Amino acid sequence: MSPFFEIAMAVLVAALLIVGATFSLLAAVGIVRFPDLYTRMHAASKAGTIGSGLLLLAAGIHSLDVAILIRALAGFFFFVLTAPISAHLLAKAAHQAGYRLAKLSVIDQLPQKEEPRRG
Amino acid sequence: MNLAEQIEALATGFALVVLSLALLVTVWRIIRGPTLPDRVLALDMLVAIAIGLIAVVAIRTGFNLYIDIAIALGLVGFLATVAFARFILARGLAPETGGAEAGAAKGRRAAGARTNAGQRKRKGGRR
Repeated sequence: MSPFFEIAMAVLVAALLIVGATFSLLAAVGIVRFPDLYTRMHAASKAGTIGSGLLLLAAGIHSLDVAILIRALAGFFFFVLTAPISAHLLAKAAHQAGYRLAKLSVIDQLPQKEEPRRG
Repeated sequence: MNLAEQIEALATGFALVVLSLALLVTVWRIIRGPTLPDRVLALDMLVAIAIGLIAVVAIRTGFNLYIDIAIALGLVGFLATVAFARFILARGLAPETGGAEAGAAKGRRAAGARTNAGQRKRKGGRR
């Protein structure tokens, strides 16, 4: 393996590591700073998924093995698939249970109670 | 130690520090979080950060088996979030107990408003 290729791979992995870790930190800061469950969900489900996905991708590229790279990509794909589902389910459950939006919110287009669940 | 190894060591060290900081910040939201859905969301975020941390450890140590552990942890985290969402849906807006000052205060304020309205109505009826 040529030294140039080795250094290029190291720089690529390092860039992915730094960007992914920064995305994760920004998602955590967003979870703390946003005023509301429904706004916090933006930070957690988008930036958080990209952060952990980029770190997994870095691990897959670092291994220099196609089988492991495909496994890491499968993990990334799985997170991208499940993060919106879990966020949507949690938001819908919280909204239906009656947790209110923050005072800053402009509009709430989802009807508050669709049907009385306990008759 | 050649240049490539040095770059990787620097980047993994930086990533470990930043991810530890993110973990601490998220734990603060779990402790503080005024409502149960906030805590569930922070727990989901905690799982995502732990997956990133496992990936960084996989790069640092060279054990590629850690990636499979990260995938399994992602599956468990997804199932936990779904189960918590179902629980929140079934429980409804129960009064928060313990360290939930904001939720308790909100409940008290709502109860106070309700009693005030009742008294006003009763007073009006008397007049």
